[in-house]
Amino acid sequence: MEERIIFAGFGGQGVLSMGLIITYAGMFEGKNVSWTPSYGPEMRGGTAFCNVTVSDEEVGSPVITEATSVIVMNRPSLDKYESYVISGGKLFINTSLVDKKAERKDIEVYEIPANDIANELGNLKIANMVMLGAFVEATKVVKMETVIKALPEVFGKGKEHLMSINEKALYRGAELIKSLITTKK
Amino acid sequence: MAKVLMKGNEALAEAAIQAGCRHYFGYPITPQNEVTAYMAKRMPEVGGVFLQAESEVSAINMVYGAGGAGARVMTSTSSPGLSLMQEGISYLAGAQVPCVIVNIMRGGPGLGDIQGAQGDYFQSTKGGGHGDYRLIVLAPSTIQEMADLVQEAFDIADEYRNPVVILGDGMLGQMMEPVDFENIQKRKRDIPEKTWATTGRGNREHRNIINSLYIDPPVLEKYNYQLFEKYAKAEKNEVRYEMINCEDADVILVAYGTIARVAKNVMNIARREGYKVGLIRPISLWPFPKEPFEKTVNTAKAYLTVEMSMGQMVEDVKLAVQFKKPVYFYGRPGGMIPEPSVMLEQIRKIAGGVK
Repeated sequence: MEERIIFAGFGGQGVLSMGLIITYAGMFEGKNVSWTPSYGPEMRGGTAFCNVTVSDEEVGSPVITEATSVIVMNRPSLDKYESYVISGGKLFINTSLVDKKAERKDIEVYEIPANDIANELGNLKIANMVMLGAFVEATKVVKMETVIKALPEVFGKGKEHLMSINEKALYRGAELIKSLITTKK
Repeated sequence: MAKVLMKGNEALAEAAIQAGCRHYFGYPITPQNEVTAYMAKRMPEVGGVFLQAESEVSAINMVYGAGGAGARVMTSTSSPGLSLMQEGISYLAGAQVPCVIVNIMRGGPGLGDIQGAQGDYFQSTKGGGHGDYRLIVLAPSTIQEMADLVQEAFDIADEYRNPVVILGDGMLGQMMEPVDFENIQKRKRDIPEKTWATTGRGNREHRNIINSLYIDPPVLEKYNYQLFEKYAKAEKNEVRYEMINCEDADVILVAYGTIARVAKNVMNIARREGYKVGLIRPISLWPFPKEPFEKTVNTAKAYLTVEMSMGQMVEDVKLAVQFKKPVYFYGRPGGMIPEPSVMLEQIRKIAGGVK
């Protein structure tokens, strides 16, 4: 098993945190993991991204050019990273902010209105958690309970009051995938 | 403490503190700023000294002073900063002052960019500063190895009374991986007491003087010979490398640091395709490991060196292979990462389609 994942979006959407949560969860499950952030020259409002590998083998290149999954939180990220998905790989699109359809026909595309769902739950900042829940449910790269265990590592000890809403968002994202899969059947 | 997830830069800073480093002098430069930030936070907690110098020239001379007084001292920088430090490094080597110097390389020449690169191999292993001297240069390829080698570096520096360089790149500095600080891998060593350190005369018969000036040529010549006896000892005892799948290999990949990780993956893919491919990963870049080449030169058909540069270590590979077998090169400069697909294509070409 090796999942090579690119998380991408605007700075501030929490894409680095999404990647970190999966990295911690992978480590807690005894897998080999690596997390590499974007740190190059980016303009304000440009794309932030991180590369995460979760693997049974030693992690090779920390930089991902052939992704098994790509999560795009905004339109520029879709334009930039759709081509990075391997044939048969998965692409998760935040349709609340992306008005374009994926062009590829050889990949599985998941359309998640993450911001709309986050708004429904009462906090726009948890759109990334909705997306992450959907990603975990669709890929099963780590268990959802491990993801929840990883939250305090990333958000810090003083943020316990936010844990329940983050969990709620994760499960809503996961439910959406379950319903999508049922409809397909 | 179980494994912790850390950036390479933070892990190396923590490893230094755990190795007893209590003096850090540096000047900020991307992509190694987390080292400076971590040291600024941690040094006061452990009763150590953190000082942000006004430039790298100043930082390396502070290292000279603290090292001369016998302290475990470190500085860290990235490529352009290391160029500024070269005069001081030559003095440190000349005066036989132990210290650890970290270079988290970025794309060059000049100011270049801030992505990880491997263009400073020549500078670190072949001099950089003036005069006949050697630095012991260690190149980790994982964050765990970074932590291991930093601790080892302080011991080697003290044993040999010589600066030791940790040569990483921006990728290793920025990426996060799990690290286990409780099971650091390091050798048992006899580290001599620092009777030479300038700690005040006290009841000593003589004054200790740290100096690299030997104005009388025959005296300087003799001093150089002494230094080279020390370097010969390092060449004998401090060679490190990893060698995988080389026994039956037709094509042997040679790579260090970040790109060795990619090469290892490529080796595995090529093996699955049926090509007999091995990997030699130098960990000590100086002393350069000649041994794995002597062991394989009669059985391997060719070597393929991969670097994040236009080709620097490849010259040492050629010297080690002594033109007995072809040595090919593939690299990308400027902070770009050599492509696994291109490595595979080259392997297929070199193997001549023969599996």
